[in-house]
Amino acid sequence: MKINLSHFEAAFLFSLFTSVVMGIVSKRTDVERRNYGAYCFVCFLAALVGIGWIMKLGHG
Amino acid sequence: MAAQTDIQQAQAGSVPVGKWIGPVVAGWFVPGGGHFLLKKAGRGILLFASITLMFLFGLFMRGMMFTPEKGDALTTVINYGGFVADLATGALYVGAAMFGYAQPDAAGAVHDYGTKFLVTAGLLNILAMVDAYEIATGKKD
Repeated sequence: MKINLSHFEAAFLFSLFTSVVMGIVSKRTDVERRNYGAYCFVCFLAALVGIGWIMKLGHG
Repeated sequence: MAAQTDIQQAQAGSVPVGKWIGPVVAGWFVPGGGHFLLKKAGRGILLFASITLMFLFGLFMRGMMFTPEKGDALTTVINYGGFVADLATGALYVGAAMFGYAQPDAAGAVHDYGTKFLVTAGLLNILAMVDAYEIATGKKD
């Protein structure tokens, strides 16, 4: 079995799993963990879309 | 009282090995296992799900497993570093190796993402092991 994900799908999943773990291990209370996990996820997605646009515009 | 003693021991840096070795080894072998052992089941489930899914997606994208090969300095660092990170997924790595998973390095974005997923799953498990260590030694709740 092999799955073919697009760049966006793969980066989305990568962001999701990484954010969950970073949220859990970085903070001390459940609320802080949830907020930090969500913050990391939003940052990953912002970087994904932002850098994607920079590359698209850079290629002309 | 016991929690206070744990914190005092942790601050003094004299926590006995027997207190944290179990959760750390369990956390290496089964992602989130250390948290289960420390009765932090909620966090353990999330860690297990995230790390295991990331590893499985890496396998299904036919990512490459690193082997400890020597070459020039950069090649050596990449191969040994990647091998250690792959190994850090514990039972997942052992199981994949036992079932004969041996994807050679191949060109293509999907393979490349798969390789990164496998390595990152190991790195995230190292973070989870450090977290289990901190909980076991009383540095963290």
